[in-house]
Amino acid sequence: MTVTDKLEEADQKRLKIRKKVVDRWRALKPWQRWLFVAAGVFVLYALPDNRFPASFIRTDFSEGGASWSGVLFLCAVYALVAIGLNVVIGLAGLLDLGYVGFFAIGAYSVALFGSLDSPVVKALQAKFNLGSEWAVAWAICIPIAIAFTMLSGVLLGWPTLRLRGDYLAIVTMGFGEIIRIIARNSDFTNATLGINNIPGPEGPASMDNVIFRVIDPTPWYWMALTVVLLLVVAVRRLEHSRVGRAWAAVREDEDAAAIMGVHGFRFKLWAFAIGAALGGMSGVLFASRQGYIDPSNFSLVLSITFVAMVVIGGSGNMMGVALGAVLLTYLPERFRDFIDWRPFMVGVALVVVMVLKPTGLIPSRRRARELRDRAEEAEAVNV
Amino acid sequence: MSESPNGRRTLLEVDNVTLRFGGVVALNEVSFNLHEGEILGLIGPNGAGKTTCFNVMTGVYKPTDGQVRFDDQQISGKKPFIINHMGIARTFQNIRLFPEMTAIENVMVGADSRHTTSVMGALFGLPRYKRRPHEISDSNSVLAWLQTSFLISRHKREELDGEHKALELLRFVGIADRANEVARNLPYGYQRRLEIARALATGPKLICLDEPAAGFNPAEKADLLQLIKKIRDRGYTVLLIEHDMRLVMGVTDRIVVLEFGRKIAEGTPDEVSRDPKVIAAYLGVPDESA
Repeated sequence: MTVTDKLEEADQKRLKIRKKVVDRWRALKPWQRWLFVAAGVFVLYALPDNRFPASFIRTDFSEGGASWSGVLFLCAVYALVAIGLNVVIGLAGLLDLGYVGFFAIGAYSVALFGSLDSPVVKALQAKFNLGSEWAVAWAICIPIAIAFTMLSGVLLGWPTLRLRGDYLAIVTMGFGEIIRIIARNSDFTNATLGINNIPGPEGPASMDNVIFRVIDPTPWYWMALTVVLLLVVAVRRLEHSRVGRAWAAVREDEDAAAIMGVHGFRFKLWAFAIGAALGGMSGVLFASRQGYIDPSNFSLVLSITFVAMVVIGGSGNMMGVALGAVLLTYLPERFRDFIDWRPFMVGVALVVVMVLKPTGLIPSRRRARELRDRAEEAEAVNV
Repeated sequence: MSESPNGRRTLLEVDNVTLRFGGVVALNEVSFNLHEGEILGLIGPNGAGKTTCFNVMTGVYKPTDGQVRFDDQQISGKKPFIINHMGIARTFQNIRLFPEMTAIENVMVGADSRHTTSVMGALFGLPRYKRRPHEISDSNSVLAWLQTSFLISRHKREELDGEHKALELLRFVGIADRANEVARNLPYGYQRRLEIARALATGPKLICLDEPAAGFNPAEKADLLQLIKKIRDRGYTVLLIEHDMRLVMGVTDRIVVLEFGRKIAEGTPDEVSRDPKVIAAYLGVPDESA
C-alpha cells in the first residue's frame, strides 16, 4: 500500500465524517443553529480571558512570547484582509497580487489625517489657522480611509480590468509597489521616517486612555473582531445576491454572462472597490493599534502572504480564508522558539497544503469544481 | 416604422450586413427582416454563416459593413449586455451554461438582467416599500400577505421575483424536477432546455435559438417543436437556426437560407423547399434528401 493510497483512504474517512457533521447541521432547527453561532461568537470574544480553559494555545506563557490578545488582534486584522482579498480572488476570480497597496492606503489615510506628526495635518493647520492640537478625529478618518481606498481600487481597476488572468496579476503587483515607493519617496508621507502618534479610538496612545490602554490590547481585539463579524455578514449578503451571482457568472464564463445581460466590467470594478475598502479598513485598524507606520510595513512579501492566506485557506470560502489568515499569523507567534525557521516553515506549510489539498483547507465546493474543470480542459488541449 | 405585408411590425432588420475576417468573408451583404410574433428559420449548410449572423446580432462581432436595427434602434456595434437589455436573448450551439451553478441559479442570472439592485441595495436593503396586491401572482398565500402588509426592500423583492420567475420557467421548459442540481451534472437534453429557460428569463422580445435540437432523437425533437410553438404563443418572436429540415419545415413561418455567407433564398417553407437553388445548395439531389 503506497502513501498516496493511505492518503486517499484518510481523505475518504474525512469526507464521511464531514458529511455526517453537515447532515446533523442541516437537521437542526434555525433557533438551534443560532444558538451554536452565538456560542461560537462568545468563544471568540472570550479567547483573551485568563480563565479560558485551553491555555496551551496562548502565545504568552513562555518567556519572550508575544502578548496573547495582541496576536489575536493581528489575527483578526489579517482575517479581515483575507476576507477582502477573497472578494477579489475567490468571488470575482481576479488574481490581485498588489493587495498590500490598499492596506497601505488605509493605514496612511488614518496616519496622514489623524496624527499630529503628519505633514498633511501640519499643512492643514497652517492653511486654515487651526490650533497646533488640531487633527481629524479617528472616527472621521475611517470614512476618509474607505473613500480613498475605494477610489484607488476604482482607479486601478478602470484601466486594468480589461486584462485577464496573469496580465492582471502583474499589473496589480506593480500597483502595490507603486504605493509603497510613493510613500517612501514623498515628503507628505515623511518618506522613510514614517509617521508617529497615529490615533486610536481615544486619540494617540497615552496613559490617560480609559479603554484602549497601552498595556492591555484586549479591547483592540474585541473591536477588530466586531468589525470582522459585521463585515462577514455584509460580504455574505453580497455573495447571496444579484451581485454574487454576477461574480460567479463572470468567473465561470465571461462571454456567456455578457450575452445574458451581466455588465461584467461594472461588477468586477465593484469587486475591486469592495475588496479595496475591506483592505483599507484593516489597514486603519493595523495603523491605529501600532501607532507608527513606515513604508517598510507594506512590502511585496506581505502582499504575497495575503494571497497565500487566501489560497491555503480555500479561495471562495470565507471561513476558509479567515482560517488561513489566522493560521499564518498565529502559528509563527505560537512557535516563536523556532523563529529563525519561520520563512522556511511557512514555505513548507504552503507546499504541503498545495500537495495534499490543492483547493485549500476549507475549499468552496463550487470553486474547487471550477478549478478541476479547468485542469481537465488544459489536459484535453495538451493531448 | 416599417410594416410587413401581413401588417405585422418589423422587429429586427438585418440590413446589408457584411463581416470580414481578414480575407475571409463570413457574411456577404445579408439582409432579412423579422416580424413581431413570427418564427423565422435560418438554415444553410455547415459554415454558411448562421451562427456568425447570431454573433453579429448579439454584439459578439461588429459588422464590417451594413447594420442591424432592432425595435427601430441601431444595435450593431453595441456591447452584448446592452443588446440583451434591449431585448435580444440567445442560446448557444455548443452549450454555454454556468457549469457549477445550479439550474435555478443559471436562470436567476438571466432574470437578474431585468433587475436593478446593485451593491448598495444588497448591503443595506434599500429602498423599501410595500408591494401592491396586483404585483403578486398568488395573492392568497401568507407570503403575499406579509409582502403587502410590511415594507420590503427592492433587493428582497427582486430575489423573490427572480426565484419565482426562474421556477416558473423551469416548469415551462419541463425541467423543474432537477432545479437544484448543478448544471454540468444535468443530462444533455436538460442542459439544452435550461439554456432556453435562461434566455427567456432575461425578458427578451426576440429569442434566438442556435440549433436547439442538435443531438436529439426524434421523440425529443418532437417535444422541442412543441416547446418552440409554446414560446411563440407566449408572445416571443423566435429566430431559429436548425439543421433538421423536418423540424424547420414544421414550425417556422418563414425561412431564410444562407450559403457561403450569402442569402440565397427567403420565403415560406413551401416556397423555400421548392426553390432549385436551395435544393442544389442545401437539400442535395431529391432522392438523397428523403
